[in-house]
Amino acid sequence: MMLSIKNLHAKIGDNEILRGLSLELKAGEVHALMGPNGSGKSTLANVLAGHEAYHVTGQVLFEGEDLLAMSPEDRAAAGIFLAFQHPVEIPGVGNLYFMRTALNSLRRQRGLDELDAMDFLEFAKEKMELVEMDRSFMSRSVNEGFSGGEKKRNEILQMAILEPRLAILDETDSGLDIDALQVVANGVNSLRSKDRAMLVITHHQRLLDYIVPDRVHIMAEGRILRSGDKQLARALEEHGYVGFDQVSLEPSVPVAARP
Amino acid sequence: MTGTSSDIVELASREYQYGFVTDLDTDVVPPGLSEDVIALIAAKKNEPEWLLEWRLRSYRHWLTLAEPTWQNVTYGSIDYQDISYYAAPRPKAALASLDEVDPEVRAMFDKLGISLAEQERLGGVAVDAIVDSVSVATTFQKKLAEAGVIFCSFSEAVQNHPDLVRTYLGSVVPYRDNFFATLNSAVFTDGSFCYIPKGVHCPMELSTYFRINAANTGQFERTLIVAEEGAYVSYLEGCTAPMRDENQLHAAVVELVALEGAQIKYSTVQNWYPGDAEGRGGVYNFVTKRGRCAADAKISWTQVETGSAITWKYPGVILQGDNSIGEFYSVALTANRQQADTGTKMIHIGKNTHSTIVSKAISAGHGQNTYRGLVKVLRSAEGARNHTQCDSLLLGSDTGAHTFPYIEVKNSTAQVEHEASTSKIGEDQLFYCRQRGISEEDAVSMIVNGFCREVFKELPMEFAVEAQRLLNVSLEGSVG
Repeated sequence: MMLSIKNLHAKIGDNEILRGLSLELKAGEVHALMGPNGSGKSTLANVLAGHEAYHVTGQVLFEGEDLLAMSPEDRAAAGIFLAFQHPVEIPGVGNLYFMRTALNSLRRQRGLDELDAMDFLEFAKEKMELVEMDRSFMSRSVNEGFSGGEKKRNEILQMAILEPRLAILDETDSGLDIDALQVVANGVNSLRSKDRAMLVITHHQRLLDYIVPDRVHIMAEGRILRSGDKQLARALEEHGYVGFDQVSLEPSVPVAARP
Repeated sequence: MTGTSSDIVELASREYQYGFVTDLDTDVVPPGLSEDVIALIAAKKNEPEWLLEWRLRSYRHWLTLAEPTWQNVTYGSIDYQDISYYAAPRPKAALASLDEVDPEVRAMFDKLGISLAEQERLGGVAVDAIVDSVSVATTFQKKLAEAGVIFCSFSEAVQNHPDLVRTYLGSVVPYRDNFFATLNSAVFTDGSFCYIPKGVHCPMELSTYFRINAANTGQFERTLIVAEEGAYVSYLEGCTAPMRDENQLHAAVVELVALEGAQIKYSTVQNWYPGDAEGRGGVYNFVTKRGRCAADAKISWTQVETGSAITWKYPGVILQGDNSIGEFYSVALTANRQQADTGTKMIHIGKNTHSTIVSKAISAGHGQNTYRGLVKVLRSAEGARNHTQCDSLLLGSDTGAHTFPYIEVKNSTAQVEHEASTSKIGEDQLFYCRQRGISEEDAVSMIVNGFCREVFKELPMEFAVEAQRLLNVSLEGSVG
């Protein structure tokens, strides 16, 4: 098992957002995580990446290691990547420079040689084609003045460059028009591999027409409510989240480790 | 796991690298200020009569002035009778070449990363090295002389080029200008002098390196740069001082004269000792810097201020000639208990004069950072334009950033724009970087350097690298 989450709780102050969530992901699998606003999807993404705003209890093992004991940068070095829902702008820091610094930080921690500027540029050029990104983006400041779609493509580009073991995509489809969605989905699909797992968080069934998941999880009130194959997402689209609990679905697999 | 906000506070604490004291045989005048002391300084320097008279006029005027209190900084009172106004490393004998510079002095500059010998052999930068009150060495003089450029210590200029000095001394910053400039006019001991003749593009960067070594000594140097019609010069200034528990006073005056069509680019990386974490010691940096532009001339000030306990300086430009240009690019970092009240003065007199002000203030620890700037457009300045941008970055919650823009416009055709922003170094920016595998310390330095980029790109290459390194050292902390 690549990722194993057991009875995960997370709160900010007195507000408990994750309430005993359990989930497992194998290498090579793509899982979709769906659920209404406020169900805790983004919180799960942030907690897995190591955001320090939350008080977290429970167990998360990544490749057998205790993920919760690691700093965000150590998690990145271990191979966890988060495509942010709202990528931040870093004025004055060049996009290319930022990505090279990130890659070299990871390479250093993995005992590999750092890439110099020329080698990195060659390497990055290929990846840029993957998300149809123009070279001019690389000399601009990180995300500064990027449109919503450009920011999302920039996230997928970073994923392509950093080559993570586990990629978490937090609503990468939100705010994208259909063309941008296709570009992003193509990028993601080309990065699917037997060594890499992905957790795709989305509001909409639409994305799953392009990125076909192996498993679908429905989340509500800080827990996984139901898990199934891709048919589950279609059923959800038909019935909506309201009253979803009452609808009988086949095949339906209850979550094993629900408290 | 680390708690981010407390780490930022720790990042702000830092070690000062240049705090060593060199054991030099120093000729020091006993503390105290009087007409006798001034006469003694003039005599030691074998100065002409007119200069002594100018000093004494300044001193008598200074006695009528009160120390200014309007600036947004606090410090204990300064006892001007407790300062020594002249200190010089005692030379073993008169110097015929750089090889004869006191080995201790050379070793000190080597330790500062400025090898005087290497500068002479390899460097593309001519250096005037000033220790305490006097210039100890000036490199590349011969090569510069071939281009007609004069670059020497102020004392040498007084001896060898008295007419030039007499013409321009006090022509931009008159001796009556302000409390600290007037004090400087009375007691200044050395500094750099630079003269670029008509139409000459100075063949290399000129640089002055200031070092306060002796204890209880004020450093009062004067820099005078004259660029004749169409001339160009790029001038760099660096400074450090030993760590001492007492405060040291540094009250310098810099005057720039840009005649018609001339360009002067003046860059400073100021790294005086800032005092310790509790605010003990450190240099009081009370400096008056000003330039005057004739028609079509351009003066550009770029400063990176990371040192000093207190910084009080407003490098300005008097845009006297038509179509002249004034620029001010500044990064000021205050950490620990440092205080900075800095900015610029742009005085628009000529027609179609332009000025640009970019100020970047970074506050960490308990640092207090104030931008204070004057943009004054006189009635005569038809078509004058100014653009001012002041950005502040706060690291931690015990810091302060303040902006006091003064704008006086007497001509209705003028365009004056002012933009200001204050931001906290974002937890979300830090998390973003760390998620990508970049350590917290590297992330802070990356974000801060990005914030300063507009200013750093104005610095000459080697200096930009130095400034970036200095900023990183200044932010270095116990995270890791």
